[in-house]
Amino acid sequence: MAEQVGGLTYTILDADKMTAAEIYGDVLTQIGGQRPEIVALSADLAKSTKIGKFGEKYPDRFFNVGIAEQNMFGVAAGLALAGFVPFVSTFAVFVSMRAGEQVRTDICYQKLNCKIIATHSGISFGQAGTTHHCTEDLAIIRSFANMTVIAPADGFETAKAVQASVDWKGPVYIRIGRGFEPRVYTDDKFDFTIGKAREMRPGTDVTVIACGTPLVGAVDAADFLKKNDGLSVRVINMHTIKPIDREAIEKAVMDTRRIITFEDHNVIGGLGSAVAEVIADLGKGCAFKRVGIPDEFSPVGYPDDLYHHYKLDSEGIIDTVREVMGKEFEEDEDWQDEF
Amino acid sequence: MALSDKELKTLTEKAHQIRKDIIQTLIWSGGGHAGGALSQADILVALYYKYLNIDPKRPDWPDRDRVILSKGHGGVGYAPILADKGYFDKELLKDFNHTGSPFGMHLDGLKVKGVDASTGSLGHGLPISVGLALGARLKKKDWLTYCIMGDGEQNEGTIWEAAMAACHYKLSNLIGIIDNNKYCIDGACEDIMCIEPLGKKWEAFGWKVIDSDGHDYTKLCPAIEEAITYKDGPCVIIAHTIKGKGVDFMEDVAAWHYGGLDADKTKKAIESIDKMYANK
Repeated sequence: MAEQVGGLTYTILDADKMTAAEIYGDVLTQIGGQRPEIVALSADLAKSTKIGKFGEKYPDRFFNVGIAEQNMFGVAAGLALAGFVPFVSTFAVFVSMRAGEQVRTDICYQKLNCKIIATHSGISFGQAGTTHHCTEDLAIIRSFANMTVIAPADGFETAKAVQASVDWKGPVYIRIGRGFEPRVYTDDKFDFTIGKAREMRPGTDVTVIACGTPLVGAVDAADFLKKNDGLSVRVINMHTIKPIDREAIEKAVMDTRRIITFEDHNVIGGLGSAVAEVIADLGKGCAFKRVGIPDEFSPVGYPDDLYHHYKLDSEGIIDTVREVMGKEFEEDEDWQDEF
Repeated sequence: MALSDKELKTLTEKAHQIRKDIIQTLIWSGGGHAGGALSQADILVALYYKYLNIDPKRPDWPDRDRVILSKGHGGVGYAPILADKGYFDKELLKDFNHTGSPFGMHLDGLKVKGVDASTGSLGHGLPISVGLALGARLKKKDWLTYCIMGDGEQNEGTIWEAAMAACHYKLSNLIGIIDNNKYCIDGACEDIMCIEPLGKKWEAFGWKVIDSDGHDYTKLCPAIEEAITYKDGPCVIIAHTIKGKGVDFMEDVAAWHYGGLDADKTKKAIESIDKMYANK
């Protein structure tokens, strides 16, 4: 049994999960009431991306430019140059690749105050297949100078990210899933600071660093491993990929000496790579593993099946932590003497 | 607004000077987009010395008219005009293209005062101009946005995405001007990728189309005035120009899309420009 929700047909089960995920559309609409400089743009995905809620409330400040993403980002640049703060939303695959050059040259190069909400990222649009999956955007977008890159874990954190982005100077890329992902947070009573990672669980044996959808599995896995394996797993929510919280990563290296990253993205260029860069810069030995999409085009499937397939759910995360903890890791006696 | 004899004389003299400034900047820069800089010159002179509502002392004045040079490679022909208008010291152009200079062949709006948007990648200027025009309307301001495009640039798909949007939003505060010099880098537009019938294409996209000579002010100025007064939607002027206009050995020579000048060529270029204006 299916019903029409958000411009696409989902099952009743999906609709039940929607409330938290839909928050961002509401939040943007609320902020729009206080900030007349905010405008919103969509490319015929107003309903699917939830930005249409803003359009219903403020039709004069909402531009649905039709199925023309490159033009949309150019128009957004023009509106920003005219003094507005555009929020632009479309699927991640169209932001980062179809309109990648407009995002880079028109928006980032000119340091424009444009906020991008890229939906349906990673493999979250499972059944749609590879044309609508996007496992490359973090690699592409974080290489654009001046861009801030955020991958919130759920609806509440997305709402926080949207709020924080309004007064954050310059372009911001907020990467979310399809909008139906399970919640990590139970309410909005938590601190969210761009560039500051959040420790979801303390731990001393191993650190799991995740962003976006896999975070919920990471938290569940840590709780399970504590109870059943006696393992102390630190879970870091690295919601901001750029600027990345170097301090949190360096501390994890020093405290736990084992780090595993989980992301709904190709293992090349995304969260895992960003964390690896910090570890390499630090120059300290650390057992390290990246889990994500292993440099292949993801298959069609229900999102939950795909997350399971790529070991991005709690079961997969438990397996990977056990695997890393079971491996020999040569502790360096002269740890503090290096450099 | 009709063009008086005195204004015609002023614009002609200014264009004469600007063409020589462009040659000078090309020497300083060690080479540049000579052909397009000279073909667009009269369009920009008409805008900057007769029509634009701007204040070079306040480059960020919110209510100024906007100019988006979508054919961003025309920068070497644009910067001398901005210098002459007083946005910055003309002496700074001596470093054009040099390492560390704010001036590169495609001008950076964050570094060069008077440049309303950083352009260079073709097909980007018109979408940005649509956004500016929507912004002016939303702010209930009457400033205008002028978007100067190349003819080879008409090959870019985003031009037509933006053209569709400008018509949809009935942006009568947006004026496109195509520097139709008939050449792209690799040769004649009609040989590389034909853009004709260009006027019919723009008409089919819902724009008012005005065909004009792009060098003769007695034709170009009335065309601009017609575009300004037209209020039923966006308007595009197809300005027929000559690539390299004014320098006889550059005119209609595709190779002069980009080139450098030695002492001998510089002398000949200046002589050719002076000769053209001696007859006016």
